[in-house]
Amino acid sequence: MKLLRINAIAKKELIQIWRDPLSLAMAFMMPVILLFLFGYAITLDVNNLSTVVYDRDKSSYSRELAAELRESGYFTVIGNVDSYRDIDRYLDSGKAQIAISIPEDFSENMKKGEDTGLQAIVDGSDSNTATIALGYLSAVSELYSQRIKGSRIDPLIDTRVRVWYNAELKSRNYIIPGLIAVIMAVIAALLTSLTIAREWERGTMEQLISTPVKTPELITGKLIPYFLIGFIDVAMSVLMAVFLFEVPLRGNVFLLMTLSSIFLFGGLSLGILISVAAKTQLVASQIAMVVTFLPAFLLSGFMYSISNMPKALQLITYIIPARYFVSILKGIFLKGSTLKFLIFETLLLTAFGLVVFALANKKFKKKVM
Amino acid sequence: MKENGIAVKVEGLTRTFGDFVAVDNISLEIREGEIFGFLGPNGAGKSTTIKMLCGLLLPTGGKGYVSGYDIMKESEEIKKNIGYMSQKFSLYDDLKVEENIHFFSGIYGVPAGKLKERKEWALEMAGLKDRRGAITRTLPGGFKQRLALGCAILHEPPILFLDEPTSGVDPISRRNFWNLIYEMSREGTTIFVTTHYMDEADYCHRLALIYRGRIIAEGTPNELRQQYMKKDVLEIEVEKVVEAMDVMGKNNIETAIFGSLLHATVDNAELAVPQIQGILNEANITANRIKKISPSLEDVFVTLIEVA
Repeated sequence: MKLLRINAIAKKELIQIWRDPLSLAMAFMMPVILLFLFGYAITLDVNNLSTVVYDRDKSSYSRELAAELRESGYFTVIGNVDSYRDIDRYLDSGKAQIAISIPEDFSENMKKGEDTGLQAIVDGSDSNTATIALGYLSAVSELYSQRIKGSRIDPLIDTRVRVWYNAELKSRNYIIPGLIAVIMAVIAALLTSLTIAREWERGTMEQLISTPVKTPELITGKLIPYFLIGFIDVAMSVLMAVFLFEVPLRGNVFLLMTLSSIFLFGGLSLGILISVAAKTQLVASQIAMVVTFLPAFLLSGFMYSISNMPKALQLITYIIPARYFVSILKGIFLKGSTLKFLIFETLLLTAFGLVVFALANKKFKKKVM
Repeated sequence: MKENGIAVKVEGLTRTFGDFVAVDNISLEIREGEIFGFLGPNGAGKSTTIKMLCGLLLPTGGKGYVSGYDIMKESEEIKKNIGYMSQKFSLYDDLKVEENIHFFSGIYGVPAGKLKERKEWALEMAGLKDRRGAITRTLPGGFKQRLALGCAILHEPPILFLDEPTSGVDPISRRNFWNLIYEMSREGTTIFVTTHYMDEADYCHRLALIYRGRIIAEGTPNELRQQYMKKDVLEIEVEKVVEAMDVMGKNNIETAIFGSLLHATVDNAELAVPQIQGILNEANITANRIKKISPSLEDVFVTLIEVA
């Protein structure tokens, strides 16, 4: 490897990017725009659930319960109904997401201090929201019943839940770090996916491969300028996360950027490998999109917990670098994790980068066909 | 494997693409310092051959050595010893003139101490001393061509491969280009050049004519003329060129128009001159001059292709 040649290629590539305002804008604006859009669009928090109440008891107790629900902030009572048929109507039309039916003997049982039922009918077509809604409902009703019972009976088990790392359970706090990982997985591969293919299309590659330049020199030289761009992209995304989305950054920024660099090396090398294999810019960029976006979005644990996936899918996630980057970013952002706790992810990301870099080198031939 | 005084040696070189035989069992020997012309129509196999010699394409069969290195196994060694200019303009269009030179200097490993001298040399040679800051895309074709040549020889390679270097370049630029090539040859560089311009063939020391993947003739320009052109060529100066061509055609004499002149291909000049005089007189056409000339290489090539 000769530094002189790597330097010549890196410099040339940088000048070319600089002279192409469109690709320059893409390289710097895309992560910002994507993070902005997805950051605001994706939220798993459930607030203001449209609720209808069927109060068959019509007592002060039942009215109090309805008020409790309303005040919790999770439920917005949009109507009171008088029959199950009305509940059907509200749920079928999608006007309400949850219906709460208070039984006739509600106040009677409450007064006696006996158990009483409370019926909830939920629109399960959005199962995620439904589950969360039921959780809120039981929390609210439990609080209410405890208040009524007073200190008369102490519960045998008093569960005191403390949520660590994301005390307010704000979904944004764990979505944004994962989102940065997904966006950077796509950007990194896209950035480099054009560089080799473009030289074949323009005919400059023929000249280049007639020179004594060695393949690793060529690929390293091409990686350097895109690495700089990728690094700036990550830095911008982290700044946006902290200052725009107010995600707490509890870990070490230096560690964050170092591990991001390892991830970038793998992602950019993947783009080069695709560019070598595809030989045309259009095909290369499409492949880069498909092989990074979908796996990073679906199988990285960014949104969908890996431990809930079928075993076969879980195995596949091991070869998806975004998976490790998602854990690293969530860890450093929310838990303030140190390298000691991220060593598995770091090693696998490094291995991925080295393997893909080696493959790109192997696949590139200094021949016209 | 390096033989004294031999820059390129090829035996039975063959390259097929599927069923198509692009280069069919060709053998060549090119001496050091020679300008070797590789002539042939488009699609004859010129570029395929040059790519195999430059280590850009693996041959399907045969043997070849460039600067003593095996084209099958040592293509990367070959690439250190050659300059190559491909048929398509292949510098970076979006780079400035100077940036292209810097880039290729780096790639060819021109040492820092020599960089300035080589750069100035290349700029001078390409006539771009005053336009070093121009974006390459904006240059006229002839300048681009010379810049490409300059970039391909920044490292002063002993062997230079030029694939149709003058295609699409105006006649004056072509002349300048050949002057450069001559200069380099005088300084000892071996030059392998392909072209389909027959008038350029006379600039070469030796030539090979390739047609449908095969070499159909080889030698110095004069050897080719003498060896392969058995017929004589007469140059006829007449006022009514088209009418003259008509009557001669009716008398089974092969003619072609060259500018304002007529070329007639005949078996024997001595016998043909009085015969043509007679035919033209009869048609009331005055021939100002009828003269035997040496055939151009184009004449030779056309004759050879008809035989092949």
